[in-house]
This record gives sequence, C-alpha cells and structure tokens, in this order.
Amino acid sequence: MKKKRVSFSKLYLVIVMLITYLPIAMVVVFSFNDSKLPVAWKGFTWKWYQELFHDAAMIEALKNSLILGFISCAMAAVIGTLGAIGMARVNYKSKGMIEYLSSIPIMVPEIILGMVFMAFFSLLNLPFGMVTLVIAHTAFSIPYVFMMVKARLVGIDKSLEEAARDLGASPSRIFWDITLPLILPAVASGCLLAFAMSFDDVVISIFVNGPRMSTLPIKVYTQMKTGVTPEINALCTIILIVVVLVLLVSSFFRRGKKEYK
Amino acid sequence: MKNKKNLWGLCVMPLYFFTLLFILGPMIYMVTVSFAKNNGGAYGFTWNFTLNNYTKIGDPIYLQCFIQSFKLAFATTILVVLIGYPFGYFMAKLSPKGKKIMMFLIMVPFWTSSLIRLYGWIIILQVKGVLNTALKTIGLIDKPLKILYSYPAVLIGMIYALLPFMILAVYSSVEKMDWSLVEASRDLGASPAAAFVTVTLKLTLPGLLTGVILTFVPSMGLFFIADILGGNKIVLVGSLIQDQLTRGSNWPFAAALAVILTILTSLMIYLYRRITHVKDLEGIF
Amino acid sequence: MMEQKKPVVLELKNITKNFGDTKVLRGIDLTVHEGEFVTLLGSSGCGKTTTLRIIAGLEYPNDGEVLLEGKPVKDLAPEKRNVNTVFQNYALFPHMNVYNNIAYGLKLKKVSKSETKERVTKMLSLVQLEGFEKRMPSEMSGGQRQRVAIARALINNPKVLLLDEPLGALDLQLRRQMQYELKKLQKKLGITFIYITHDQEEAINMSDVIVVMRDGKFEQAGSPTEIYDHPKTSYVASFVGSANILRGTVTSIKENTAILSGSCGTMACKTEQYEIKEGSSYTLAVRSENISVWREAKAEQYITGTITEKSFVGGMLRIVVTLEDRSEVVITRQGINFFYDIGEKVCLEWAAQDAVFVDMEGKQDEK
Repeated sequence: MKKKRVSFSKLYLVIVMLITYLPIAMVVVFSFNDSKLPVAWKGFTWKWYQELFHDAAMIEALKNSLILGFISCAMAAVIGTLGAIGMARVNYKSKGMIEYLSSIPIMVPEIILGMVFMAFFSLLNLPFGMVTLVIAHTAFSIPYVFMMVKARLVGIDKSLEEAARDLGASPSRIFWDITLPLILPAVASGCLLAFAMSFDDVVISIFVNGPRMSTLPIKVYTQMKTGVTPEINALCTIILIVVVLVLLVSSFFRRGKKEYK
Repeated sequence: MKNKKNLWGLCVMPLYFFTLLFILGPMIYMVTVSFAKNNGGAYGFTWNFTLNNYTKIGDPIYLQCFIQSFKLAFATTILVVLIGYPFGYFMAKLSPKGKKIMMFLIMVPFWTSSLIRLYGWIIILQVKGVLNTALKTIGLIDKPLKILYSYPAVLIGMIYALLPFMILAVYSSVEKMDWSLVEASRDLGASPAAAFVTVTLKLTLPGLLTGVILTFVPSMGLFFIADILGGNKIVLVGSLIQDQLTRGSNWPFAAALAVILTILTSLMIYLYRRITHVKDLEGIF
Repeated sequence: MMEQKKPVVLELKNITKNFGDTKVLRGIDLTVHEGEFVTLLGSSGCGKTTTLRIIAGLEYPNDGEVLLEGKPVKDLAPEKRNVNTVFQNYALFPHMNVYNNIAYGLKLKKVSKSETKERVTKMLSLVQLEGFEKRMPSEMSGGQRQRVAIARALINNPKVLLLDEPLGALDLQLRRQMQYELKKLQKKLGITFIYITHDQEEAINMSDVIVVMRDGKFEQAGSPTEIYDHPKTSYVASFVGSANILRGTVTSIKENTAILSGSCGTMACKTEQYEIKEGSSYTLAVRSENISVWREAKAEQYITGTITEKSFVGGMLRIVVTLEDRSEVVITRQGINFFYDIGEKVCLEWAAQDAVFVDMEGKQDEK
C-alpha cells in the first residue's frame, strides 16, 4: 500500500513538471520551425538563429539587460552586504525602520515600485535610461542580498570569531579571514537571485526605461503586443542552454567542495 | 571601541542613504501626489490639497476593477496552494538525489524569461494552437476552444508564474519539519489524515503562509499577464494604474490607487507576520 | 604542602562579574603555578565558563584583576594575551582545512612559510593527525576535530591553555581515551592547563588542582585527594564522588573520635583539625563505598534503615537504604553479589576515619 502512495506522489511531481516545461518546449521547438507563425510544423531551419545574430536591436537589448543586471547586482551586493554586516553590529534607533523600508521593494506589487520610481525620477529630473534602470533594479536587488547575508550572519557560530581573536587576530583580520569567507556563499546566492529578477523584470523597467532604452524583457513585451518574431524563440533557446549549463557547472562545483555549516 | 562603532556605522551608510533617498523619498512623494489636484494633460497636477482622488476610487468602474483584481488574486492563490502544497510536500519526501534533480528542474524555468514562457502558453492555447490541434486530432472537439484571451488563460498564466514561489516556500518548511512528530502522533492513534491536519499542516503553516504572501502580493501587480493572455478584457488595478500614468496622464489618481494597493498588501503582510511571527520573508530562498 | 612550588603564572584577584542583575561571579581568587593542570569543576551555570572567558579576555570583569606572569592584563585585548582557548564546540574555521586552521595563529604572527610548515607538521604529529593536512573540518570525526582544536590552540606556545569542556561532545569511550592523551600531552609540553568540566571523574583523573565552583564562588580548591578525602562542604562531598550527608549532635569525644547521635542511630567521626564541641550539632560526609552493611550491628556506632533499592550502575552495585527519617543513604559495592534483599532491615556502620566533618566554616567562627 505504501509503495502505491509513493508512486502516486512521483506521478504528481512528473505531471506538474511536464506542464511546467511544456511551454518552454514549445518555444524551443518553434525556434527551429520554418514558419513565421507558431501554429504548424513546416520543417527544420536555422534561419531564426541567423536572423537573431543580425538583429542589431535585439543584440542591443540583450547587451543592455546584461549590463543592467551586472551593475545593479554589484551595487546591491556592496550595499546589501555592508548593510547586513553593519546592521548586525550597530544599535541605531532607526535600524528597524530602515530594514523595513529597504525590504519594501519586494513586499509591494512591482507596479507600485515602478510608478513611484517613475514619478520620483521625473521630480528629480533624472535622465530616463540606464541610470534610472540601474537605480530601480538596485533597489529591488538589495533586499535579496541583505536578507541572505543577514540570515547567514545569524547562523555563524559566535565562537568562530572569538577563536580567531584568541589566536591573535585583530577585529579587521577577523572580518577578512573569518566573517567574509563565511558569508560569501550567501552574497553569491543573493546576487544570483537578484540577477535573475533583474534579467526578467518587465513591470518596473517599463516605467523607468525612457524612450530610447530597451532591455530584453521590454523588447519581448512590445513584440508580444504587436507580433512575435521566431527570433525570440531562438534567443530564448540560447538563454535556456546557457542557464542549464551554468546551473550544471555550479552544482558540479558545489559537489566538489563539501558544504559547510 | 568608539572607532569600531564608527566603522560599522560607515558600513550601513550606503544602505541608509540609498533607502532614504530611493525608497522613502519616492514613497513620500507618491503619498503627497495622491492628495494633489489633477489638471489633465501630460503630468499636469497642482499642489492643491484634495481628497478627490480617493473618493474617485469609490466609483463603480474603478471599484469593480479592485474587486476583479482581488478575485483573480484569490483564485490564483487558492489554486497555487492546491497545486503547490502537494508538490512541495512530495518533493521534500524524495531522496536527496531526487530533491537535487527537482530543485534543478524548478530553477531552470525560474531563470528563463517569464515573458517567453508566457509566449509558450500562447503557442499552446491559441485558436490554431497545439492544444486545439491535439484535441481535434483525437476527436475530443470539433470546434477549437477559445481559451486564449479569456479569464482561464489569465489564471493559467498567473498560476504558472507564481507556482515556483509556493513550491519553494512549502518545500523548505516541510524539509525542516521533524518527521518523528508525525510518527509520534500516528503512534498515539491518529489516522494518517488526522496526523496530517494536526501535525504536518500546523508545522508547515508558516511556509504555506509565506507562499501565500509571495503569490498574493505580486498577483495584484502582474498586469502584463492579464495584458498578454487576457487581451483587453480583464482590467486589473495594475493595468489601471499603468493606464492612468501613461494614457490617462492622471498622476494623482494613479498615486491614490497605488497608496490604497500598498495599504492593502501591507495589511496582508502585517497579518502574516502576526500569525507566523516571522520577521522577514527569509528562509524561503 | 611544603614542596617547592613553581613560579606563579596566573592570578585572579577578587573577580566579580554581573550579567545585568545576575551575579555570575562573586569574588573569585585563584593562583595557578607553572605547569599545573587546574580543573574548574561545577554544574552548569556555576560561572566556570565565565571565569575562563575572563582569563581569555573574551569577557571583561566588573571588578578585580587578572595577572598573567605578574602583569595585570584586565585591559589587554584577547589577541594580545599569551593565552589560548580550546572552545567547547571546537570552533574550527569551517572554510579552512586542517593545515590552515592550525597555521592560523602563526599566519597572524607573520611567521615564515617554511617555519610554519615545520611547526604545523610537528603539532600534527603531537596530536597524532599526520596526513590530515588537507581535510576539511566537516570531513572529520568529533575526536579528530578535538585534536585539531587543541593543536590550533597550542601552536602559539601559550603560557596557559584554557579548555572549555573539550570532551563534552564525545562518547564515553573516546572521552576516557582523550582524558589520558590530554594529560600526557600536558605533562610532555609542561604548559599550564585550565580545564573546565562538570564531570568529577574527569577532574579527578586529570588534575593537579581541582577547584569546585558553586553559584559563582569557589567552594574548595585542592588536589584530587584532598577534595575527595577531605571535602570541606557538604556540596563538595556530594558533588565529588557523591558522599552521603548525615547530621547529628556530638555526645562525647574520645581520642580524637567524636560520637554523634542522629535521628536513626549513632555515628563516629575523627575530629581531625577541627575543634568539636560536645552538645553541638554537626554535618558529616561518608562515602558510599566506605559504609558496611550488617543484619546485626558489629560496631558500637551504627544507624538503621531499610533497603529500598538495588541497581547495577557502571560496574558497581548501588544500594539505597531509607532511614526512619525518610532520608536516604547510598552504598556501593564492587560486583553484583549482595546478600540482603529489598525490604530488609539493616545496620550501617563505618570506621571513624572514613567520615569527615563538613560545612565547618561558620562553626569554626563560633569558638
């Protein structure tokens, strides 16, 4: 009887996963379809991949998305990590309020963040474009890094820092030798998450991108409202392959280096 | 001693600066604008105090929009719970290797563009799409189903976009659970169902509620899903705000809508914290 | 007592420490000589860990002074004291391998690479972990981690090594083995060890000096024999070797032997250094293994009771006799044979030199 239940649960997992991957599979399949419309199979082609590499606007959008992701991630990593480390040690009255405020970007619906940024940036007369995008994306990336690092810091055994002190390390040495290496995995996973969010964000970007700047999701979104070219399928397939490779490589490395707690 | 304090103070400065300037600033500005008078035209409003923007929300058209948004968010959340909870639960019961594979399978779509995945659904659901072709081939239907650009399509899109969050939240709380407690309740005479309700469900409630928050709150603002999969038939608060900002050019009204939406979602998060005693939404990722 | 003591390496003078309103240490004085193995023994919450942390510099005392080799170090940061600690949970750096963990102290002192290598290798062979350089702490057993922690703390050649219940997390067998090895290591290196434990067996096996702590104060300090044979207080007597505590009034004193009468019979006890007064009441401690049991009394002084419990614990038979006043006396015997049954009435006796007067501090003042 028990065996039966196990197989039911596995069946359930498989079905849900199949449904999850069905649309992705569609996109991949139709990226090789020799037809502009994604309705019927007309034969295999590389054409859309070739067109994609010659589509300057699309390449530009991809480049913008990558730049935006990296810069906002790096800024969030610095601000969020330093903030989490500092917050654990200072005793300001405003601490709780700042922590709450900084988490707002992932607590409220994205559209609100988009609109307040749009309004506020035009109040400040900031030029809409990469600058405004970076600020907005940094804002919603900080909480991911901050929360991850904060949770990790709580988990670090206090006696490790004491042991380092006991062996003759100054407070700054303790930070470089002990604290930082131990929180680095948390910073990395916070950054990865933030990057994924940034790379995929439509709602906030659409409010602050300005007339000439286009990121990949915005480009896809406008196409979806007007008419999608199969190039996008091709691009998505490439991204998918890159993601799978990155995840595989990172999980391989993690297996090589045993997790420590 | 003092020097050290200053050093840590220096560490938090960027966070303070950024948060005050780019979070608190815009929020205050939004609230202020929501009380300003609209003049019509592009970005036109004057600093005359008025409550008109808020009373306008009472207008049946807009109220309807709020209600529709909430209904959709509720429906999405309930369905996501029904699909996601068993998934997270079953996943936590897999072998370590199975868990790793599942986690991998969940992470891949998470990293691929959500828009493109929605586009995959368009391919499936459209009139001449994969689903209709398949159903027709096996003879289940004569006429193609018109699912795309309808309420069910939007619902599918919403569930699809938000399900991973629920799965991860439930999974991490089931994973952390002490199974000996369930065994103990079975040992004390509880039926499997009773043990599930009294022990498992109770212990994983925080994870479930985290998932609910992570589903409900964003679903209020994911206007683009309704836009793409629903055509123009379903107008949500998100779409309304966007509309008022761009085409309608009524900033004060959009700000008022946003204030109300923020208050409603904050209220939910406040309730969530009261119930679970969790301070941040940490522990989910 | 007259033997030549080595120079004093560590002194604590009237240390007090409060955490908020809780008084954790209420005036601690301690003198430790070079090369001594000193154990702070006490139940949890008695302030032993706090004492250790104050010596290490991880805690700052509210009052008092810490002297290391005669120099006050109260205001010296832990990293500047020539004292190292083996932490309770080992506190090995999880992101460094064994080599880097042990070499960390030398790295901070900017010792050359070749010298570091030489000293780490020596340390590893000292703790019998040759070939483990590249292992991560997570890949090692509790006992191995323990050795790494000791090696890491010893590499700086500390004047004093502080050990906070280092064997607490190990299983019984491993603990016994590590006790022996630690003691051997300490003798070989000649470094002063200050050791914390709540296990009286551990304390007796390893220490030169045992300090019994209770409620933030020292109850008694002395060699294991002193503590075991001449406990000063009923707490020490019952905590170290679980002695029976009995009360009675002195009726006569003959040839340094006092005869006391209690509620369940009469008892004999050597007066030793104490001045015992007839007619006053006193507290006695008698070890469980020194009590003999008879159906009919053989000696003049004996107490009577009923056997209520027999159990076999740790290779010993443990017999509980309940006296008429409902208090219990515990008797232990080697082996499993015991000729009396539960419910039998028995007489308990002991030789006068096997009983000691305890809790005399207040009494001594009376005279």
